[in-house]
Amino acid sequence: MISDLFSITVFLGILSSGIRLATPYLFASVGEAFSQRSGILNLGVEGQMLMGAFTAFYVALNTDSLWLGVLAGMAVGALMGLAMGFVTIHLHAQQGISGIGFYLFGLGMSNLLFQLLVGTVETVRGFPRIALPLISQIPVFGNIFFNQNILVYLAFLLVPISWYVLNKTTLGLKIRAVGENPQAADSLGVSVNRIRYFTTILGGTLSGLSGASLSIALLNVFQQGMTAGQGFIAVALVYFGAWRPWGVLAGALLFSLVNGLQLWIQVLGIPIPSEFATMMPYVLTIVVLTASLSKVRAPAALTKPFERE
Amino acid sequence: MTDSKTLPSGRTPITAMEMRQITKRFPGVLANDSVDFDVNGSEVHALLGENGAGKSTLMKVLYGLYQQDSGDIYINGQLVKINSPTAAIKLGIGMVHQHFMLVQTLTVAENVALGLPSSRGPLTDLDAVSKRINELADTYGLRIDPDAYIWQLSVGQQQRVEIIKALYRGAALLVLDEPTAVLTPQEVDELFVIMRQMVKDGYALIFISHKLHEVVEISHRVTVLRNGKKIGTRPTSEVTKQILANWMVGHEIEFITSTEKIDPGAVRLAVKNVTCDSDRGTVGLDDVSLEVHSGEIMGIAGVSGNGQRELAEVMAGLRKPTAGRIYLEGDDVTGCEPDELTNRMLSYIPEERMRDGMIGSFTIAENMILREHKKMPYSKYGFLNLKNISAHTDQLIEQFNVKTPSQKTMAKSLSGGNIQKVVLARELSRSPHAIIAAQPTRGLDIGATEYVREQLIKQRNGGTAVLLISEDLDEIFALSDRIAVIYEGKIMAILDREEATREKVGLLMAGVKQEEEYA
Ligand SMILES: Nc1ncnc2c1ncn2[C@@H]1O[C@H](COP(=O)(O)OP(=O)(O)OP(=O)(O)O)[C@@H](O)[C@H]1O
Ligand SMILES: [Mg+2]
Repeated sequence: MISDLFSITVFLGILSSGIRLATPYLFASVGEAFSQRSGILNLGVEGQMLMGAFTAFYVALNTDSLWLGVLAGMAVGALMGLAMGFVTIHLHAQQGISGIGFYLFGLGMSNLLFQLLVGTVETVRGFPRIALPLISQIPVFGNIFFNQNILVYLAFLLVPISWYVLNKTTLGLKIRAVGENPQAADSLGVSVNRIRYFTTILGGTLSGLSGASLSIALLNVFQQGMTAGQGFIAVALVYFGAWRPWGVLAGALLFSLVNGLQLWIQVLGIPIPSEFATMMPYVLTIVVLTASLSKVRAPAALTKPFERE
Repeated sequence: MTDSKTLPSGRTPITAMEMRQITKRFPGVLANDSVDFDVNGSEVHALLGENGAGKSTLMKVLYGLYQQDSGDIYINGQLVKINSPTAAIKLGIGMVHQHFMLVQTLTVAENVALGLPSSRGPLTDLDAVSKRINELADTYGLRIDPDAYIWQLSVGQQQRVEIIKALYRGAALLVLDEPTAVLTPQEVDELFVIMRQMVKDGYALIFISHKLHEVVEISHRVTVLRNGKKIGTRPTSEVTKQILANWMVGHEIEFITSTEKIDPGAVRLAVKNVTCDSDRGTVGLDDVSLEVHSGEIMGIAGVSGNGQRELAEVMAGLRKPTAGRIYLEGDDVTGCEPDELTNRMLSYIPEERMRDGMIGSFTIAENMILREHKKMPYSKYGFLNLKNISAHTDQLIEQFNVKTPSQKTMAKSLSGGNIQKVVLARELSRSPHAIIAAQPTRGLDIGATEYVREQLIKQRNGGTAVLLISEDLDEIFALSDRIAVIYEGKIMAILDREEATREKVGLLMAGVKQEEEYA
């Protein structure tokens, strides 16, 4: 019944799954934030996630090592980031179109590889939960926040780290400059292309990690097309978060909480059509984006190729 | 001259830089045609030429932004290859660009630190950078707040940041591409003090300017380019302004100034008690009232950053006043969109024409009809009439002497001065009822400057109300019927030209008000 939704257990359940579900968004969005801050719009996140998810799953399944799986997923993401960089930075291809190309490639390729190499539904053990000493003992909340698997912790840790890198390091300064005024950065001897390759590869790596977190840390299974649009939402979250890691965190939490809510609505058998419940996060994407977009300004050189002459 | 072996920064000086037979070609343009150019340590070498003569191109080759098609560069007698700004910076070459190379969303300190190694390894050391900036600012009198964002600064202040950026990198040879175009006379004097100090310290300086008196005052040698070719080099002591002018243009030119007074008509353009914020959130305009009559040029004199930009933007509908009303031909137009004001035949020549006045990736023809494209004869039922647009563009290119391979050239590939001409041609050719002209001749060569001034006077004589905002006092005095002096967002006084002297205006610009004199 609807009133079940307001019980404390359900509330805590939503919170707990919300935090877990934020993980793939965080990895992918933070990566995308880096590439967009440097002027590259990567719409291929979804494809990179799928390839990362499959590779991580496949490697983990066959080597019995989750960490090898994570590394393999990141490596494949990095390769796709490199390819995206080559096409957009080197060949000056239109960024939006190339991104869609990489999405379709990742979708098809991960399906194909799955059918060729796995074929049936298999599961991996997945990363175990780690209860952090002491703080996980805090009544009620300790268990929600501090009893998660390692990748969840990593994802949340990534937010302050990336804020620090963007705002407090010379690398971050270069990234921000290159995304705003590449000519100015170039005239001071900053290699625009090198910075952009770095951020596209970093973005790909994190997307790969995001996919891996789905297939070997959260769901522990690979299904065709299992990312179900999360890669695109990750791109939207970057706009929502105004290109800032903390903003991205806020967006990721909002969406994963709505997702958690949606799951619980289905679990409790509340009489809302499940299609409608599943739609909620996506409808929210559109609503929130239209509301937030008018106020923030994108990096001035976003999607613009750089050429010296 | 100095005989010390190192510069104050500790670097070995560049005692001789030589460019030999430099040729640089762009599609349809031979920008540099076998040009020889050299500069020595402890010397200012001025580079002169009309808009589009190839000055910036030659300097960008030296700074590694462009690659020459042929020709060699020697530094202290050694052949060097400069294929990137990094290489140029390493060799001790710095450049202050004609169009600012600043990242608007970063602070002054961040812009200065960009691309430099930090004393803290991978972490930025902005506090140390700010301290160094303040030291430089003290030594050379270039006051700037290191924590300010670039978008909050006036053009003059942004120019200061550019100079600091180059000084900060300890260059031994500094290219200054029209650094004075955006400075007030006082600021130019301050810059010259810095330049003289640098010359004494052993720096090599290359100075580009369209203002001949500046060239005569500061340089040791002067080289003139015309249509990409070098005309000659001479010691400055052997030339005069008139000689240089003839040399540049290839024929006599006259310096027109005086305007016979005509009776002004009704008020065309007015602001009453207007107050607005600046970008920094401080007071931009403070209770400003002004009236410009038909057939009158009202000059706004003031030191850069005292509210000129806000005044122009408020009147052009680009900035909303927090109090007060704005009138155009008697109608209250407060809160009107720029579009509406355009339809009411207000022309606006913005200060930052690259940013606000044109679309770089559009052709010249498209830029020429940006304002009028919805009207006959340029379009009908939503279809552009390309023939009329083309004819109109050709006519303007000819009248304003825009140097371009064709009218289909993208506006951003024109030389700095020619970009200005495109905006001016568009705004002046539509027979406006009122004009707001912010720094209309900035960056123009002498020929074009005279042409634009003539046009403004012609508009005035035809009954247009002209609000002329300029930091060039010569220009204000040459054109204005009345002069309003602005200081910290307030109008200090409005003087008739007859009663305005340089001393009076100068004092008012510095904020000194002598009530008894003007009461
Ligand atoms: N990137 C470019 N692409 C194509 N043409 C260019 C480019 N840069 C300059 N040009 C052309 O080369 C010629 C010389 O331009 P340059 O900018 O060197 O002139 P300038 O002497 O600096 O003039 P100004 O006084 O107006 O700044 C011009 O005709 C210009 O249109
Ligand atoms: Mg130039």
